[in-house]
Amino acid sequence: MSPWLLIATMAFPLLGAFAAALVPAARARSTALAASLVSILPAIVALDRFDWSDAAAFQGAGAVEWLPALGLELSIGADGVSMLLIALSALLGPVCVLASWTAINTRQGLFYGWLLALQAAMIGVFCARDLLLFYVCFEFTLLPMFVLIRVYGSSGRVKAATKFFLYTFTGSIITLAGFVYVAWQAAQQSGGLWSLDMAVLGEVARAMSPGQQAWVLGALLAGFAVKVPLFPVHTWLPLAHTEAPTAGSVVLAAVLLKLGTYGIFRFAMGYTPDAFAAFAPQLAVLAIVGILYAGLICWVQTDVKKLVAYSSVSHLGFCVLGLLAANHTGVTGSVLYMLSHGFSTGGLFCMIGFMYERYHTRDMREIGGLASKMPVWSSFMVFFAMASVGLPGLNGFPSELLCLIGTFQSDAAWSLAGEPGADGMTLGRWYGVVAGIGMVVGAIYLLYMVGRICFGELREPAGHDDHQGAGAARLPADLNAREIVTLLPLAAGCLIFGLYPKPLVDASAAPVARQVQLVTDAAIDARTEAAQPTGFIDTSGPSPEVAP
Amino acid sequence: MIEKLAYLWPEITLFIATCLVMIVGLSPAANARRLCSWICGVALLLAAGLAASTPANPEALFPDLIPYFKGLTAVVGLMLLLALAGTVDRDLEDLIDRGKIKFNPLQANRAEFYSFFLFSLTGLMLCATADDLIWLFLALELTSLPTYVMVVISTRGTRSQEAGVKYFVLGALGAAVFLYGFALIYGAAGSTDFNDIRAAFAQDGLGSIGTAGMLIALLGVSFKIAAVPMHFYTPDVYQGAASPVSAMLAFVPKAAGFMSIFALCGLVGWGFGEGSDRLPESVHAMLWVVAALTMTVGNVLATLQDSVKRMLAYSSIAHSGYMLVGVLAGPGDTIASNGLAAVLFYLLCYGVMNVGVFAVLASLRNSQGEEPDALDSLRGLVRSHPLHGWAIILCTLSLLGFPPLLGFLGKVPLFTSGISAGLLPLVLILGVNSAIAAFYYLRLVATVYLEPKDEDAPAIDTQPIVARPIAAAISAGGVIVLLIAVQPLLEAAHQSSRYRPVEAVEAVAPAADDALLQLSEPITSRDAQPASDAG
Repeated sequence: MSPWLLIATMAFPLLGAFAAALVPAARARSTALAASLVSILPAIVALDRFDWSDAAAFQGAGAVEWLPALGLELSIGADGVSMLLIALSALLGPVCVLASWTAINTRQGLFYGWLLALQAAMIGVFCARDLLLFYVCFEFTLLPMFVLIRVYGSSGRVKAATKFFLYTFTGSIITLAGFVYVAWQAAQQSGGLWSLDMAVLGEVARAMSPGQQAWVLGALLAGFAVKVPLFPVHTWLPLAHTEAPTAGSVVLAAVLLKLGTYGIFRFAMGYTPDAFAAFAPQLAVLAIVGILYAGLICWVQTDVKKLVAYSSVSHLGFCVLGLLAANHTGVTGSVLYMLSHGFSTGGLFCMIGFMYERYHTRDMREIGGLASKMPVWSSFMVFFAMASVGLPGLNGFPSELLCLIGTFQSDAAWSLAGEPGADGMTLGRWYGVVAGIGMVVGAIYLLYMVGRICFGELREPAGHDDHQGAGAARLPADLNAREIVTLLPLAAGCLIFGLYPKPLVDASAAPVARQVQLVTDAAIDARTEAAQPTGFIDTSGPSPEVAP
Repeated sequence: MIEKLAYLWPEITLFIATCLVMIVGLSPAANARRLCSWICGVALLLAAGLAASTPANPEALFPDLIPYFKGLTAVVGLMLLLALAGTVDRDLEDLIDRGKIKFNPLQANRAEFYSFFLFSLTGLMLCATADDLIWLFLALELTSLPTYVMVVISTRGTRSQEAGVKYFVLGALGAAVFLYGFALIYGAAGSTDFNDIRAAFAQDGLGSIGTAGMLIALLGVSFKIAAVPMHFYTPDVYQGAASPVSAMLAFVPKAAGFMSIFALCGLVGWGFGEGSDRLPESVHAMLWVVAALTMTVGNVLATLQDSVKRMLAYSSIAHSGYMLVGVLAGPGDTIASNGLAAVLFYLLCYGVMNVGVFAVLASLRNSQGEEPDALDSLRGLVRSHPLHGWAIILCTLSLLGFPPLLGFLGKVPLFTSGISAGLLPLVLILGVNSAIAAFYYLRLVATVYLEPKDEDAPAIDTQPIVARPIAAAISAGGVIVLLIAVQPLLEAAHQSSRYRPVEAVEAVAPAADDALLQLSEPITSRDAQPASDAG
């Protein structure tokens, strides 16, 4: 695969962003739609050209030196997991544009420009192979999201945007400190020559002592856990989701949060496997608390968008739990979750956006029984809710199940690796059992939501059609063709990958196996050293050719 | 003395231009008076050229410093010159043009204004040539004295007069403090010549008087860079002065201050005492505390401001704190570990991006014909005046250090050098402060970019001065275009910050042979540390 394909997946939306910002406002949305559709092309070609038999390798690699004195260069490359996430980001471009088609009426150039810029930055994160590009893109995603929430959000947008920015910016500054520390270690070893190459730094980071790794892991998690968001730093997300415009919520849920889990997958597992293995139980407790706590909060929500937002916190808890299980099943489930959560929750946010456009309320006490009035809308709503619940046959099911099975098996992982004595250092069945309750809670609140909104007696907010002016008589109508087209790719994703997740599992198998191997080796090393206090040092450490 | 002329041609050029400006600016012919700024421009260009061809001075603490630093001064000086256009005498010239009044040299300020501007830049250049405490003192004062007058005559309101008086009184206090420090250093070392002082300190150690002298001198000089606790004048003065003059205050005295700090720290060297790779403990501790306080106080107070110029003043305080990290890190073998190069490079970045923000403010006026100062008055600027709006956005984001703009690349060497020198807590404070800074810089960006125009608010108009938006545009372009030249610029900064360690033989003249052996290890240890680190 040529690096130009990856560059094109970044550059097309970026060029589209400038085009959308510069053309007259009336054409902004069609320009944006065209640009986002065109941007899918290089992603598709890249998926095709990618050598899936060697998915653990970073393909399409290319690098440009920028500031050799400071080790600054821009290099790209993608492995199987990156490719899947890049494809998801590219696919969501037109969905977001279509979802905003009528919802955004003011300053359209600004909106679509930033939306596409956001897409470019997210793809940049996924194909970065040096920390400069990674960090720049990681940080840059804040600006578009800040603008989208701050300008186009609902009533509490200023507070939400500020909170979003401060949380994530502060977190990622600390992440930067962790990166810089690793880079400094590398610079010391290479005689003062700095490098930010991810593979080089990965080897240096893995060679650090467990104590150093623990600090680096802490610094990395400061940024990534906020982004995921992991309990207890999740409080910005419900606010940001609730206030963001529909497209903002969709991007936020579908891709932006995945930057956090991707960061954990790539760096927490790849750079600090010793610390990751050592602290997995504690982090898993946080993830499980998040699953249950956010699930219970969902139950008592009256604002339907807030409910879905908290459900994101709960679901991402599963995703992190799968990573922490650090076995092939769990991490595969987690990667699947990153994708499937994008489809199902992205779909739910679209649904709520469409409802809000019609009724200008998201309060479940004011609204209900819409199945009789908007059957198509309700069908999609039920469909996405079921996908989110984890109904077998839809995409939530395999990913959630794999995460949980991985958690159950996690204590066995080390014995599978030929190690005696799995003595509770890792996750195990009790983690799985407690997290499993989260599935039940998830079913409860999502069914409860669907039940109130879609079924029962028709309730509509008083005076809801005052906004509509002359066209009030025929509104609120059911979904129109444009909205259905918006939802179809998401629904198709839910259904196809629910019935047949094998392509995704296969595609992510090799990179997942590599990351799992790193953590497993580290844990085995740690255990061997603990078992042999005489000072015997196991030299069968992580094999040097593996890159994070 | 005469051999020093070789290093002084840029200053001499500027001085000749100053004299010319003084004469021409008082000419009764309007066309001749208009020549003032052109003379300044040509002189600065010439000075930049002469600076670039200045030979290395093997006697100086920083032998290769002059070309980079004087070139930097001339380039930023040119941008300041553009921003300063039309600051004084605009109404007066207008009246004269319309034949209402006749030219009266007593009423006109143009000659003073431009000549003082050149004087101040001359002083700044002289700071880099200084090899003697007296010289350094005179150069610092030559930098500052004209700015006091420029603050007062920059606007016709009373605020600038108040600001000028405040600046002058506190500036005199600062000067007294560092002069006292210089006197103590002289007392301790018995000479005012840098090389003699260095030899004396290397031989006998600092001693209590020397330590006191260094600390007091550094404290006094921190007035020039607006570092805590000598920062109190900054917001009032920046707010009171016209924006172009504020831009100048944020760069010229700061650069002079850092030159002096370089020189003072160079007197003792980064690697003072046996096995140390740092400044003497007391100096290190004081600069550490000053740096941490300066960053934090500047940034925290900046978040509380509603006036753009006060906010920029506090942010300018914070930027001084960032640069002090580089001073503490000291010289190094590689670009990444060379803190002095980081400071020199950051001065360039700061000069470029800072002029832009002030130039935008200077090129706007509200309905009363005054510069807009309240943050709210800039609401929606991007839509009413796209050029001004985007210029201020780019420069502000660069000041924030948003990657990949110039300000970000300026900060990276400060980080890497600080880490290489083992100043981890300070670097952490630097990182946290960058996060705090995001708060107020983004507030400015959001106001300009996102906020809708307040319909009731008086409309913002542009000043009829072409040069100022050009300065803003050059700055805004600079924070992007210079990105491709960062590598050579950093290398130039690295070259020019080469620190000449004190000669060991000189220092141990009366000592025995074994002591000679011991001390022939270079004193600036990190500078000359063997390649054993590489292992």
